[in-house]
Amino acid sequence: MPFNVLVLTCLAYVAFLFVVAFVVERRASRGEMRFLRSPVVYTLSLSIYCTAWTFYGAVGSAARTGLEFLTIYLGPTLVFVGWWWVLRKLVRIGRRQRVTSIADLISSRYGKSNLLGVLVTVIAVVAATPYIALQLQSVTLSFSVFAQTTPETWVMPDRDATAIWVAAGLALFTILFGTRNLDAKEQHHGIVMAIAVEAVVKLVALLAVGIFVVWGLGGGPVAMIERIEAYTDPNWAIQPGRWAGLIFLSAAAVITLPRMFQVLVVESVDEAHLSRASWAFPAYLFAMSLFILPIAVIGLDRMPSGTNPDMMVLTLPLQEGQGALALLAFLGGFSSATSMVIVETIALATMVSNHILMPAWLWLRPQAALSGNLRGAILLARRLSIIMVLALGLEYFRLSGGSAALAAIGQIAFAGMAQVLPAMLGGIFWRGGTKLGATLGLSIGFATWGFTLFLPSFGAGAAISAEVLQNGLFGLHWLRPQALFGSDGMDPLIHSIFWSLALNIAGYAAGSLLSFPDPVERIQGAAFVNAFDDELQAERLGWTHGQAEPEALMNMAQRIIGDEAAISFFEAEARAQGKAGFLPDLTPSFLAGLERNLAGSVGAATAHAMISQLFGRATVTVEDLMAVATEAAQIMEYSARLEEKQGELSRTARQLREVNEKLTQLSVQKDAFLSQISHELRTPMTSIRAFSEILAEGDLPKARVAEYGQIIHTEARRLTRLLDDLLDLSVLENGAVQLNLTLSHLGQMIDRALAVSSQTRPERTFDIRRDYPSEEIYLRTDADRLVQVFINLISNARKYCASDAPVLRISVRQKGGRVVVDFIDNGAGIAKDAQGLIFEKFARLSDDGRAGGAGLGLAICREIMANLGGTVTYLPGQRGAAFRVTLPLRMDKLVMEKQDAEKLR
Amino acid sequence: MRRPAAPLFLARAVYRQRRLRDAARLLPIFGFFLLMLPLMWGSAAGAGRVAVYVFGVWALLIGLAAYVAPGLAQPEADAQQPEDA
Repeated sequence: MPFNVLVLTCLAYVAFLFVVAFVVERRASRGEMRFLRSPVVYTLSLSIYCTAWTFYGAVGSAARTGLEFLTIYLGPTLVFVGWWWVLRKLVRIGRRQRVTSIADLISSRYGKSNLLGVLVTVIAVVAATPYIALQLQSVTLSFSVFAQTTPETWVMPDRDATAIWVAAGLALFTILFGTRNLDAKEQHHGIVMAIAVEAVVKLVALLAVGIFVVWGLGGGPVAMIERIEAYTDPNWAIQPGRWAGLIFLSAAAVITLPRMFQVLVVESVDEAHLSRASWAFPAYLFAMSLFILPIAVIGLDRMPSGTNPDMMVLTLPLQEGQGALALLAFLGGFSSATSMVIVETIALATMVSNHILMPAWLWLRPQAALSGNLRGAILLARRLSIIMVLALGLEYFRLSGGSAALAAIGQIAFAGMAQVLPAMLGGIFWRGGTKLGATLGLSIGFATWGFTLFLPSFGAGAAISAEVLQNGLFGLHWLRPQALFGSDGMDPLIHSIFWSLALNIAGYAAGSLLSFPDPVERIQGAAFVNAFDDELQAERLGWTHGQAEPEALMNMAQRIIGDEAAISFFEAEARAQGKAGFLPDLTPSFLAGLERNLAGSVGAATAHAMISQLFGRATVTVEDLMAVATEAAQIMEYSARLEEKQGELSRTARQLREVNEKLTQLSVQKDAFLSQISHELRTPMTSIRAFSEILAEGDLPKARVAEYGQIIHTEARRLTRLLDDLLDLSVLENGAVQLNLTLSHLGQMIDRALAVSSQTRPERTFDIRRDYPSEEIYLRTDADRLVQVFINLISNARKYCASDAPVLRISVRQKGGRVVVDFIDNGAGIAKDAQGLIFEKFARLSDDGRAGGAGLGLAICREIMANLGGTVTYLPGQRGAAFRVTLPLRMDKLVMEKQDAEKLR
Repeated sequence: MRRPAAPLFLARAVYRQRRLRDAARLLPIFGFFLLMLPLMWGSAAGAGRVAVYVFGVWALLIGLAAYVAPGLAQPEADAQQPEDA
């Protein structure tokens, strides 16, 4: 294929990407972002994980070590499948805190410390520079592959020139679309869309080559598997240490690599997209890896020995005469390399400008925060950083000569960025992690990584002398770079990962445990660890002490996030406070919001520093923190006490209501009692008056006089009896009764009662059934009173039992220190609804005059029994009227006292 | 001011959702376990068989994640209404 066709295709493709990015930026600025906000674009943008290292290097790796290349994709698969653990929290924190890069995340978490930001930035730049060089190398290599096979004598521009052209083109693209504006949130819609398009191109290209290899050359999938199975190479055996270690390393890398953090967290437009990406991104990786092994096996089989396996994706179709397929593969590789470089450059440039250039500039010119064109300065810093990062990559490529195998460089970069992992995970899950711990861990890990992996990778004698490599630092045997502390049986990569992370974690833990975090750190720590607890996210503390004019703040905000954005932010805040105009009150929540907004452009540390410059450095102290905590605790305690008091009040109110009801009832009862008693007294009085008037007139026959006198006498007796009863009742109710406690025989008491009550309706003959042996009980009680109760009950039976052959059964039982005496007749009994009434005063049932009582008998019985420490109740369901008397066997002083106490209450 | 205590018993839907989250948390551990198994096969297994196994596990993990993901993305149902039983 003519080389210039290749160059033309390449340029056309690049132009296409420019157009895509441009159109998307235009539409995004007009607010039309529907497609851009889809989870598909998010997932595809994540595919920058697959760089040229994947596209070309995976085949090379598979050819050299068999299945080991899969580990690089299995780690991310596990992380994404387990997104509920880490990714969800990272994205939430990133969105809430407006994190602009991984350095910003670490710096923001540990008290907006710029030192940590610088440290992470340095690690990222050092680790990523070879990686960017690698991408440039792969593009130049792929160009040279075509140049070699082209029949024409088209002069291949020299290697460096190609790399320079590519780097320049990438710088242009990145500056154009990466620094067009300073967003409140560092998002680049045009670039995201462009890399999504490139993701499709590289997937299609690799699948196309794979399908051609499996079905065109390998004879179908089954034959292919057999072929792989039959392939024997001692290097292909899985090494357990590397297998597990690389899965871990790639899992760590997928969340710590600056470019992955950029697309995963910073460019995330919607948290919900993550749930789709949790399986879609592993599926993408799956598809990318599916044909790697077949391509490697067929390539090893068909290509002449000594071919660079890293370029087989390209050289295999070329050798088989598939020019178009090779061109597609070339575009795929080109896409992989360029998308990685673009995003990595943006991510690194953001870090460099936010954490190194801007703070340095503000330090050199402190008055710049108050005046001057900040926006322009920041954008300039961004652009310079982009050029610097790319220049570093290019320089590394030119110096190193691009000889090392692709996979090795990638793994070194992974191991370098993995040093951020302890500080990151510790920061989002452990509130105890401190600035000192993170600084210590990061520096120790970084140094160990550099000493054991990065520097030796240049080759013996290049960065580390062969002498040190052989005998250890300062001649100390246990400080050999590839056998630290005598561990010389390990694979160099695993050795480095193991020791760097182990020392890193140890430093982080020790530093955190031994130091005390400052207030900002503690606030940030709480906000990060409790990212899902909305209540704890409320602004609890902020800029409360210093003074600044709202105008000055607005002026500064305008110079950072732009006139329109700043004005609308201030206006919205003012409206939220209920104020008209553009200048809100400087409440802590407004200031915190403003700081977050600025942090979205310049990073948390710089934003914090700038505001504190306006505020005269009056930020919070530990004492403020404690005061707020105490205040909150006091409020909580106060409200708890209020709650308690309220409960008490409502309890009292309930009791009062009950008492009131009882009083009302009593009042009604009293009225009823009075009217009853007047009625009861009035009836006999009326007849006495009437008959005595007749008698007073005289002139009556003697028999009449005697008869009337008898009536008057009877009525007077009835009155007396009624008054006696009333008196008795009132004495009993007041508990003023004097009890005469003696030891008495129950049977004899019943005998007495029966004898007395036989006076009532003596004409009736009652069959009394008793069980004499059971009555052989001596009771300690007031015998006269008890007999009174018995008489009343027996008389009632005599009065009201309507049976023709009346039977009264008296049964006695002992039950746990109490005696139960039942009086059961065979009459009609008492209707159910009347059973509750019969013990009330003046309650008479269907009184047809036979009884002649006032209806106080049972009421008196009840009071007597209460005084005797017992009860009298109606016993339902006995086929007749039945009353049960229960009383204690031995009534003693204690019972009486208790009763007295109850009475008093 | 005092935060309401978490309810002791949850409605069925919320209960299911919480268990789904547990499943999502277990998934990577389960996957890691399965991916470590080939290490114990020794050299008897050729690259082809291991590759088929690893890709099988991979596809299984993707399938399970895809099955679990839609339920996880839902906001938690109203937990304030306990259900009988």
